Amino acid sequence: MWKHHAKIERNSLVLLIGIVIVVAIGGLVEISPLFYLESTIEKVRGMRPYTPLELAGRDVYIREGCYTCHSQMIRPLRDEQERYGHYSLAAESMYDHPFQWGSKRTGPDLARVGAKYSDDWHRQHLTDPRAVVPESVMPPYAFLADKDLDYHDMVQKLEAQRKVGVPYTTEAVAHAVDDLEAQADPFDARGPKMKRRYGQTVAQRDFDGDPDRITDMDALIAYLQMLGTLVDFKTYRAEDPANLR
Amino acid sequence: MTTITVHEEETPFSAVLLYVFCGVAALLSLMATAYSQDPLFRLQGWIFTGAFVLAGVVMTGGITEGHFRQRTDRYQDGVIRAGVIATMFWGVVGMLVGVVIASQLAWPSIFYFPEAGWLNFGRLRPLHTSGVIFAFGGNALIATSFWVVQRTCRARLAGGVAPWFVFWGYQLFIVLAAVGYLAGITQSREYAEPEWLTDLWLTIVWVAYLLVFLGTLWKRKEPHIYVANWFYLAFIVTIALLHLVNNAAMPVSLLNHRSYSAFSGVQDALVQWWYGHNAVGFFLTAGFLAMMYYFVPKRVGRPVYSYRLSIVHFWALIFIYIWAGPHHLHYTALPQWAQTLGMTFSIMLWMPSWGGMINGLMTLSGAWDKLRTDPVVRMMVVSLAFYGMSTFEGPVMSIREVNALSHYTDWTIGHVHSGALGWVGFISFGALYCMVPWLWKKKDIWSNRLIEWHFWIATTGILLYIAAMWVSGIMEGLMWREYTPQGFLAYSFVETVSAKHIENVIRMVGGLMYLSGAVIMAYNLWRTIRMPSATEVDSDAAAPALSTLALAAE
Repeated sequence: MWKHHAKIERNSLVLLIGIVIVVAIGGLVEISPLFYLESTIEKVRGMRPYTPLELAGRDVYIREGCYTCHSQMIRPLRDEQERYGHYSLAAESMYDHPFQWGSKRTGPDLARVGAKYSDDWHRQHLTDPRAVVPESVMPPYAFLADKDLDYHDMVQKLEAQRKVGVPYTTEAVAHAVDDLEAQADPFDARGPKMKRRYGQTVAQRDFDGDPDRITDMDALIAYLQMLGTLVDFKTYRAEDPANLR
Repeated sequence: MTTITVHEEETPFSAVLLYVFCGVAALLSLMATAYSQDPLFRLQGWIFTGAFVLAGVVMTGGITEGHFRQRTDRYQDGVIRAGVIATMFWGVVGMLVGVVIASQLAWPSIFYFPEAGWLNFGRLRPLHTSGVIFAFGGNALIATSFWVVQRTCRARLAGGVAPWFVFWGYQLFIVLAAVGYLAGITQSREYAEPEWLTDLWLTIVWVAYLLVFLGTLWKRKEPHIYVANWFYLAFIVTIALLHLVNNAAMPVSLLNHRSYSAFSGVQDALVQWWYGHNAVGFFLTAGFLAMMYYFVPKRVGRPVYSYRLSIVHFWALIFIYIWAGPHHLHYTALPQWAQTLGMTFSIMLWMPSWGGMINGLMTLSGAWDKLRTDPVVRMMVVSLAFYGMSTFEGPVMSIREVNALSHYTDWTIGHVHSGALGWVGFISFGALYCMVPWLWKKKDIWSNRLIEWHFWIATTGILLYIAAMWVSGIMEGLMWREYTPQGFLAYSFVETVSAKHIENVIRMVGGLMYLSGAVIMAYNLWRTIRMPSATEVDSDAAAPALSTLALAAE
């Protein structure tokens, strides 16, 4: 047997091909079934793509590296469900390109932080975390409130999301900028159309308390306030055979 | 070496090709920068433009002065010397950023600046991880692989100026990634944060690296490919594969820095951790095992302990590692069958990992006295000990019930650092201490006493670091699940945060000690480089165990 290995270690191409075959197997067996096994993602009601403002807020969340300290994945353990709420479903991140499950809880899980605190609390907490929670080790994000949200590329962003499989309608893509501006202003006349596209439960208000401008803070709070609020758990049956994985 | 007699007098074709490439690339970068509306894309564009213009100017001088004419009867060591310096530089930078973010967690009121968001933890953390893994570790791997592949093949690096392209291209990748993180360019994939444009650039550089490595193997004068090169090859090829799949993404536009992952949710999570765990498996393990397989036998003057063990553990290691990713996703929305597969293979992984450790440690058979007399050998042996420790801890943490406690806590951070500081760091330091006198033709390192200082300060630092993280990780894991007798959660989340303050301080001190060791080393190596050259040095070090291996194979 050992003699045969000499053939491999005398020919770099045989060695190379051997390595490629050996390292390909595990990934193929583990990852590819996730794309065709129907049981991978539960059937739920309420999931929708992010509104343009939420998507912009999600981009701020990613840009600032929030995922380095906050998870968005509640495990089905007793303490986690009591602390954070119902365990996370695969369906809840089906439109997440990329996923934000995280790997570390230097701060608490955020999968269901939506609607738990007021906009005002979020604004104060982001501006100066230790003013609200004295023991916190979180960095201050005061600058978000001073930074105008750059959404010149919002149509292109929705277009790119659609290309990777998020079901935005052609109309939603075309009105991305309108919908974004409408959501950040409770009196905006374009609000009803935005809600027709994304659902009546979408929050339409001035998130950062500064009605004159749309800032990064607006977008980030809009994103945080919808986290984990979409799935209708009244109609979700965890014990249904279709949902056992 | 003496068998290669061809002299090259002309400027090689590869240099001219690279020159033209730089010119075209500079022009394209400038145009893309000018047309883009996206400020962060323009930032990347300016970095590209600046780099290519600078390269063009330097090459203009180089070609007219004839610096690119190469003596093909010599090993190409210039690029390795540059790699050694880059390794030291990025090592100190990456570790310094680590100390800064450790301080931010220990003293958040002192180390944060409300108006300077780019200094926040979220932006510095990827700078630290990429800095130490890809800038320090990557440069160490490229430099040592260039040294090892030449000596064990008895052939000059292939591709003319291509190795220099790999070196400078890789530095450009590091600068793009680092500046990008600070500016807020990230795709939030851990250990793969750079956005699509930087990823494309790395792809080009990495393919060039693979071709240089393979090309050198093809020129070899030895019939057998030495075991270290199997590991280097597995590292280079698999990292290319992982990089391409994990970074599959749709750019918002060709002139926009942002992209969205091709995968979503569950699938994206598993693709990312398939990548993430194998960045550990192939970048931080296979690559550094390659280093171990050359420098340990070379330094102690003994052949590799077992040829058969190296075959078995090589193939087992690369086969099993790939499966281990799902253990990062226990109890998540990932289907349970995938979690179970990941855990099973993670436990099996213990064996091939220890195969490497045993093969390294037993190479010292008959030379154990060097542990007492040679601090470099001691460093490499301690590195193997840390490798064994963390590859035992890893399988334990991959068990679902253990993971229920350890996941999301500091325990994971401690585990990573016992591997990174203990194994990856120490084996790299050992290799640098070996290579610098060889590369600059010196008799020995300037000061052995300083190596001793480095060793003891760094070892104490690692122990402080991982002990602090074990305590804080297990403590917070237990606090999160603690109930009062009445059946309520005993602690609010923030109570678990404030409980970790002392451990955070100890962690920062441990990291600072490790950084101090690296600074001592940088000073020691710099003094070595500036020492007067020795006349007779055994600089053309050949593969020590090669003959033994070849014999065993017959």
